[in-house]
Amino acid sequence: MSHAPRIAVDVRKAVKRYGDFTALQQISLSIYDNEFFTLLGPSGCGKTTLLRMIAGFEEVSAGEIMLFGDSIADLPPHKRPVNTVFQNYALFPHMTITQNVAFGVRMRGKSDAEAQKRAGEMLELVQLSQFANRKPSQLSGGQQQRVALARALAPQPKVLLLDEPLSALDLKLRQAMRFELKQIQRETGITFIFVTHDQEEALTMSDRIAVMSAGKLQQLGAAKEIYERPNNVFVADFIGETNLLDVTVDNVTNGQATCVLGGGHRLGSSAADGITAGDKVHLSVRPERLILSETAQDAASLQGIVRDNVYVGTDIQTLVDLADGPRMMVRTSNSDRGNKRIFDAGTPVFVTMEAGAARLLAD
Amino acid sequence: MAGGAASGGSANSDTYATARIWLLLPAWAVLGIFVLTPVLMMLVYSFLTKEFRGGVIWEFSTAAYDQFFFNRGLFGDAPATLEWTYIGIFWRSIWQAGAATLLALIIGFPTAYYIATRPENTRSVWVFLITIPYWVNLLIRTVSMKFMLRDNGPLNDFLLGIGAIDSPIHIINTNFAVQLGLFYSYLPFMVLPIYASVERYNFALSEAAADLYASKWVTLRYILLPAVKPGVIAGCILVFVPSLGSFLAPDLLGGAKNFMIGSLIEEQFKGNAGNWPFGAAASMILLSMVLILLLIFARQQAKSDKGTR
Repeated sequence: MSHAPRIAVDVRKAVKRYGDFTALQQISLSIYDNEFFTLLGPSGCGKTTLLRMIAGFEEVSAGEIMLFGDSIADLPPHKRPVNTVFQNYALFPHMTITQNVAFGVRMRGKSDAEAQKRAGEMLELVQLSQFANRKPSQLSGGQQQRVALARALAPQPKVLLLDEPLSALDLKLRQAMRFELKQIQRETGITFIFVTHDQEEALTMSDRIAVMSAGKLQQLGAAKEIYERPNNVFVADFIGETNLLDVTVDNVTNGQATCVLGGGHRLGSSAADGITAGDKVHLSVRPERLILSETAQDAASLQGIVRDNVYVGTDIQTLVDLADGPRMMVRTSNSDRGNKRIFDAGTPVFVTMEAGAARLLAD
Repeated sequence: MAGGAASGGSANSDTYATARIWLLLPAWAVLGIFVLTPVLMMLVYSFLTKEFRGGVIWEFSTAAYDQFFFNRGLFGDAPATLEWTYIGIFWRSIWQAGAATLLALIIGFPTAYYIATRPENTRSVWVFLITIPYWVNLLIRTVSMKFMLRDNGPLNDFLLGIGAIDSPIHIINTNFAVQLGLFYSYLPFMVLPIYASVERYNFALSEAAADLYASKWVTLRYILLPAVKPGVIAGCILVFVPSLGSFLAPDLLGGAKNFMIGSLIEEQFKGNAGNWPFGAAASMILLSMVLILLLIFARQQAKSDKGTR
């Protein structure tokens, strides 16, 4: 991108306190226009609080939130040009689907006819036109979810906030809705801010992800960046699966660190700045980047014994106990069975790491 | 039960039906003894002839109803004209009860809303506080109300004291005093059902409305109110119906001019001067009126629920 993208929502050192409890500690992040942005974290990390602060349902204790360059601190929720898809949809039970979707358009001062027309278009977008005159209770969860989406999109908000909108749906529907949401976001060009605790959801849909924990921003970046280059132990552990090994740095030469782990095993890794010999750090390596073999592949292969194999559909997870060392998990794709072998429990094996797979993380 | 397992399905459903009857019996007995029988007794009494020292003579007569609706002159031989006295009392009763209900709604709704939006652990305390005055007998509460409202009572003293008024305002023995008394008598019946429905209300709906650019007023009117309507209706019925037949508040606070239907009925059964068939007839008319009002209401309700708007 040659020019700097326009910032839709700018969170500047935002703090949220409830009495003595600090739910958000000085969060700063910029969300770009037309972006699918995800706030990801475990429950209680403050992601929903941040979303509600943008919507106006929670006051900002300190710092500020800007919407397209303007402070929105003084605007009550009904004056903010953002709309929300609520976790449990919050559809108005006494209104028909059309009335639900038309509500926000009406409230923006459009005529009844205009609101009806817009509602019709939105229901077409989410493929629910045939249910226009039903009440929400006559729809399935997935359909209600689409109505909530249509209702929030109808007034043409500048930013759409989505508070775990898929969490109440079953797996199949959830997966289908991921693509649909992403597609609708591309078509409408509206900035989506999506809150979820589901890392897979975040990885598949988002342009960028903010990983949050304990009221703090842990890492901000594209899906690939966060998965492959986690900043810290929390991010590495929360996003996907990883082997987190306690290691001691033995020496650092030319940006390459050699680390010692329990049982005297040695592993190499590229070293981040500031890591020096003698440091006690964590080494993170994704299980799918480990290879099992009968004989040592190279000098860095680790010797161990297969403890167990777990079949998980697409992969087989193999647990390997390193000699006098920690237990490691290796993932072998079932589509890769021609090249890679699976070993029975009790078999001595060597575990070899792909080049560049390891990452050293401070606490 | 004897041949249970062997005789199969039909016997099972038979025992089921028998058990059902036995289980329903207490409920039917209560309804029969405490609801149906008294109403039937009233109906029968209203068609009997009055005894002069109270009581009845077992002789069919429509005199009570005739007396309620028609005026046949002092000696009963003039041509019948419509008798406005009792219809007027009736009308005033409806008006008074309606005003008291409105008052209870205006005060009760915000109260119920306030309680329902307190933290969960303090709500029961608030409900408890609301009900405390009602542990005291209604008569005593109404009498104390009378003292409160007197021209030289605490209310006037207070208003004079803070300089809000120059001379005592005359409240006692007015329609307003009766409305106030009725309102005070039945307020919890308004607060509690509304509280129950507001407590069940999903406040995310209010947030959703605000999110969709609805002002606080629009949200209250078009989102909250429709959702808690059953509670509001229940509260209004629970205040209106007993207010309509009430006699304590109109007697004690309204004075002689502000007679209500309850007082009229009470008079007929008090001491030796009463007219039992007339009291029974007035009760039956009151009962039918309430039933008709409720039916009209229920029908309108069903209609508006069916319509999409």
